[in-house]
Amino acid sequence: MSNVLTIAQKELRSYFVSPIAYVVIGLFAVLFGVFFISSLSFILRVSLQAGMMQGAPPININEYMIRPLFGNTGVIMLFVLPMITMRSYAEEKRSGTIELLLSSPLTDMQIILGKFLGAVTLFAMMLGVTAIPMSFLFYYGEPELAPVLSGYLGLSLMGASFISIGLLISSATKNQVVAGMITFAVLLLFWVISWLGDPASGSTSSQVLAYLSVLDHFDDFSKGVIDTSHLVYYLSFITLGLFLTAKSVDSVRWRG
Amino acid sequence: MVEDGIPTNNTRRKDSLVIEVQHITKRYGPLIAVNDISFRVESGQILGFLGPNGAGKTTTMRILTGCIPPTDGRAIVAGFDVFEQPVEAKRRIGYLPETPPLYPDMSVREYLTFAARISGVKSSERAAKIDVAIDRTSVGDVADRHCGKLSKGYRQRVGLAQAVLHNPEVLILDEPTAGLDPKQIIETRELIRSLAGDHTIILSTHILPEVSQTCEKVVIIDKGHVVAVDTPDNLTSRLGGSETIRLEVDTGGVDPIPVLQGVDGVTTVTSSEEHHGVRVLETQSAKGADVRREVANAIVTRGWGLLELRSVKMSLEDIFLELTTQDTVDPPGNAETDTASPSESVSAHEHEAREAVHE
Repeated sequence: MSNVLTIAQKELRSYFVSPIAYVVIGLFAVLFGVFFISSLSFILRVSLQAGMMQGAPPININEYMIRPLFGNTGVIMLFVLPMITMRSYAEEKRSGTIELLLSSPLTDMQIILGKFLGAVTLFAMMLGVTAIPMSFLFYYGEPELAPVLSGYLGLSLMGASFISIGLLISSATKNQVVAGMITFAVLLLFWVISWLGDPASGSTSSQVLAYLSVLDHFDDFSKGVIDTSHLVYYLSFITLGLFLTAKSVDSVRWRG
Repeated sequence: MVEDGIPTNNTRRKDSLVIEVQHITKRYGPLIAVNDISFRVESGQILGFLGPNGAGKTTTMRILTGCIPPTDGRAIVAGFDVFEQPVEAKRRIGYLPETPPLYPDMSVREYLTFAARISGVKSSERAAKIDVAIDRTSVGDVADRHCGKLSKGYRQRVGLAQAVLHNPEVLILDEPTAGLDPKQIIETRELIRSLAGDHTIILSTHILPEVSQTCEKVVIIDKGHVVAVDTPDNLTSRLGGSETIRLEVDTGGVDPIPVLQGVDGVTTVTSSEEHHGVRVLETQSAKGADVRREVANAIVTRGWGLLELRSVKMSLEDIFLELTTQDTVDPPGNAETDTASPSESVSAHEHEAREAVHE
């Protein structure tokens, strides 16, 4: 375990000594801010209209603002997370530092978990930044806390899944840019995969495609529902990603 | 002799065989990088791994350090099979790859701290061991500089500091002097020699004098095969099939070759150059036969000037060429050929001196 933490710490450090961490956190904060302001002005407009109509039900800020905002945050993650993971293995392979790790008394899994943990920590910091504008909503309004927390849980799980895919792809190449682009493409595929099926038809294939979609599983979290099946989906996604990364690292060893 | 010089350290193994490579083969698809290599290294020895570029040196070293698995065969380092018990084996190995594996954005001290942590150095001993490694490799001047900003020589040394940090039984150094300037090369060789005894060292190189100056045992590999395993001295005498004498004779224009050919015991005479009547010649005679007196006599009795006469040992260059090329190459017999033996005896003296200190 201490080895895992050592690697995680080193990864996190390397994000912060290079511009990556600042660029990624900065981009994330700016984009989140844009979505926040636009949805805030939307809800202000809607509630102003509602206020003019007598007897209309009050606007639910969770439903009309926070939920779409979480959805948009997922889209930002789609772009930003490949930038975090693309270098993890690719850079070490290119610079040869991977030999230090491979010849040290560490297991492959310790290295993978360390890198995963490092990236997840940076991602958690990104999400942490969004808590600042969120807290204003609680200061000036009265949103429900539970759906916000479950939404954050969903985002964390989705982000960790993205990171595990990113690690897998980074472990298979020496080129950071290639790793980043393939990761983005694969994540996008998982995002839109349910579009391939026709949900109205209810056929098995469209059910399977809908099950594979990272987006469909996220929806309940943003509504405030923590469903075990969604938890299982994300946790198996992460486990499979890390397991395949271990396989990939091993096969790269064999191939030299 | 060297084995006795090992300090009594409780982590140190007492038996003398530290590295055992058994029939290692590595294939990359149809390409065979290393083909059925076997050799052994005893405790405290410096083994030179010699071969032309692309012979399989780096592949063998990466297999030994557990970075890549072999297609076939076994490697046992410090009593542990590198692939059955990789973590135990790797704890006892220090590895300096061809390009020192430095993180450019870490300072030297941070880097060594990281290396110490992942190689399992206890936190209580960490600072002290890092200081020792910094001291041994003399990188103290740059300890707070970023690794990415170091010169090639310092990078190499920081890499070496990383390798010796956890005081491993076995050090595996891939071309430790590559890219250094001559002064740094000498310093690095001295450093490596000073590490022997405490550590068993395998170093690879394609620079021949390095082997004759630093190593007690040489493994020559070519195209993935081991072509010779021996001490530099034994290789020189074993493979030198004949005794060579180098002569410089002032004959005043007369051709000395028939005369020398007539000397008892001389098999062939070759003339390499001539200027102002001075001939440079080489005579070959059967192995073990010393014909120096007879040759000198033949020259002097004719009234020629004998300007130089010395027996030439076959250099590692010659052996290397002979072993790694198909067609036999005539020994070039240049003036530097016999540097191997004096430096060998120097290193032997050093070992004796160190041994005395330890006891």
